[in-house]
Amino acid sequence: MSTTETQKIEELANKEYEFGFVTDIESDTLPKGLNEDIIRQLSAKKQEPEWMTEWRLKAYRHWLTMEEPHWSNVTFPPIDYQDISYYSAPKSTPKYKSLDEVDPELLNTYKKLGIPLEEQKILAGVAVDAVFDSVSVATTFKDKLNEMGIIFCSFSEAIREHPDLVKKYLGSVVPYTDNYYATLNSAVFSDGSFVYIPKGVRCPMELSTYFRINAANTGQFERTLIIADDNAYVSYLEGCTAPMRDENQLHAAVVELVALENSQIKYSTVQNWYPGDKDGKGGIYNFVTKRGACRGTNSKISWTQVETGSAITWKYPSCILQGDNSIGEFYSVAVTNNMQQADTGTKMIHLGKNTRSTIVSKGISAGRSNNSYRGLVRVGKKAENARNFSQCDSLLLGDKCGAHTFPYIEIDNPTAQVEHEATTSKIGEDQIFYLNQRGISTEDAVSLIVNGYCKEVFKELPMEFAVEAQKLLSISLEGSVG
Amino acid sequence: MLLEIKNLHAKVEGNEILKGINLKVDLGEVHAIMGPNGSGKSTLASVLAGKEEYEVTEGEIWFKGKNLLELNPEDRAREGIFLAFQYPVEIPGVSNTNLLKTAVNEIRKYNGEEELDSIDFLKLLKEKSKLVELDQKFLSRSVNEGFSGGEKKRNEIFQMAVLNPKLAVLDETDSGLDIDALKIVANGVNKLKTKDNATIVVTHYQRLLDYIIPDFVHVLYKGKIVKSGGKELALELEEKGYDWIKSDKAEIVA
Repeated sequence: MSTTETQKIEELANKEYEFGFVTDIESDTLPKGLNEDIIRQLSAKKQEPEWMTEWRLKAYRHWLTMEEPHWSNVTFPPIDYQDISYYSAPKSTPKYKSLDEVDPELLNTYKKLGIPLEEQKILAGVAVDAVFDSVSVATTFKDKLNEMGIIFCSFSEAIREHPDLVKKYLGSVVPYTDNYYATLNSAVFSDGSFVYIPKGVRCPMELSTYFRINAANTGQFERTLIIADDNAYVSYLEGCTAPMRDENQLHAAVVELVALENSQIKYSTVQNWYPGDKDGKGGIYNFVTKRGACRGTNSKISWTQVETGSAITWKYPSCILQGDNSIGEFYSVAVTNNMQQADTGTKMIHLGKNTRSTIVSKGISAGRSNNSYRGLVRVGKKAENARNFSQCDSLLLGDKCGAHTFPYIEIDNPTAQVEHEATTSKIGEDQIFYLNQRGISTEDAVSLIVNGYCKEVFKELPMEFAVEAQKLLSISLEGSVG
Repeated sequence: MLLEIKNLHAKVEGNEILKGINLKVDLGEVHAIMGPNGSGKSTLASVLAGKEEYEVTEGEIWFKGKNLLELNPEDRAREGIFLAFQYPVEIPGVSNTNLLKTAVNEIRKYNGEEELDSIDFLKLLKEKSKLVELDQKFLSRSVNEGFSGGEKKRNEIFQMAVLNPKLAVLDETDSGLDIDALKIVANGVNKLKTKDNATIVVTHYQRLLDYIIPDFVHVLYKGKIVKSGGKELALELEEKGYDWIKSDKAEIVA
């Protein structure tokens, strides 16, 4: 990165967060700041049992001993953790009375994505009429899941209704001591999703936060825990292709996955948080810890992510391959445009015998953005016959953006086979002209080329998500060439 | 008149390559443009297609009564100009089918026609792939990726068959082809020829013109058309070589 770019990013990053949301302070909001008392109050407001409060406090005390990490390839101004309110009532009042008050540019994007009007209202934070289709849909789904013994509920509900499961697995993959943001999350997490698939059950539908009422209000410190018991299968979708705006700048979520014997968890994310304006102003910082443990033999965890949003993304969905013959997969498309910064990748930790992992990472940089892949493949002493294949491709649009690859490989067992391939390419003027000459506009040409480039990842997404992701990609890169 | 080029001058990176081209092409005609290396043949093809690096400094191009120079490359294509590239570009991850479906529908939209549905489109692809003897497995493969030289050229003619242009410009389509591939490509071009379209064949060698019989042959030299004639001109060139033109031209200038 050139010094002028660094300066620019610094300049922009130093500008005040002046995004024009006005939210009424509700009576049910804790004052800004973080201390033990605040955490106790937060826990009390959520009517949590003593063990939960204690867990939070342990995390908080540990957090005080930690320092904000700065090893990643992103720059941002210091975050004042005392200037954040760590609890506000889950139901916020609508920000707007009607769609007419919403930023027309945002509505235009919704339209391009083909989002129904009622959903547009919810996404933009407009008051919605009492009866909304997806609410009833959600209820129907819930009944069906209940019959099969599947638990799919908010994290708060899980703490109340299924404390044994939560106690057993919470922090078992991402301990509260794990890293600065995960530890902060452990202390103050607001809400999130909890999924338990019982032995031998194949979840018959894609589980999506979308179908959970109030999902949009889980707040900035979301916590997700998914457990697939022996021989179980679940596919979980997170996020939404529509751009999500939020008045919270810092998002530090934690996702823990536990796959037991012969089970499989497929976790797909489409992340499109507000990236800030063209100069990166007002965008969201997304510092996420996602990790899955393949505990059982023959278990499998697949992460698929399409990241187009946020001003800064710091995220490494990882797999700990403990069970023999277990499989970890990571498929990622990360797009950065304008002033966005992304430092993302994965960790594959091979511990069991005959474990396999696959990494396919596609980075796309446009504008003045910076896109880094950071990945670790570790093969432990006892991991006989571990195999890994990594492919990291970077695509550059224009000549002011950056792509970086940081692969780390640590092998402690001589039987391991690890392959790493990396390419960097630019969308060529000649490719675009070729498509122009076939009657295709430059914008459509870029979209064709980029979608072709990402095909390997998109084919891992559930069908509907894949279609939306393609559209999303085109919109994210609009105007970045020519 | 389908195409009329008047006193066309064009520059690349500051060098004037075309120095006053005049050419008229009518429906139902096949024109061959021949000339030694560096005479400006490919430049002329690129200027017609609207490649950005080529700056037109003087002159006019009229296509179907429209000022072609005012149209961007995609609109030129939509109006019916097709360029078979000398070096077809590889586009990883984008299948031939996908490219053609997008192209066909963009062209149809531009011309106020309804988009083709998948069934009709696949029927069209099947029919046209037979016409140019292209194995159907190429349809699902990424555009030109890993294709041999001959396959790339044949793929160009296949795209041309599907897009059904008014004016096809074949830029050195014969280069790098063995005689069998050449026959297949020429055969495809001949089958696509109708009274309602026209073809400009840009070539260095006469041999392609054994298979695609031109109505007119133009010799380009140092950015100008220095000789025009019937198909016999190509044979004469073959016999005497370009030196004949060069010395002839030298005399004219002198």
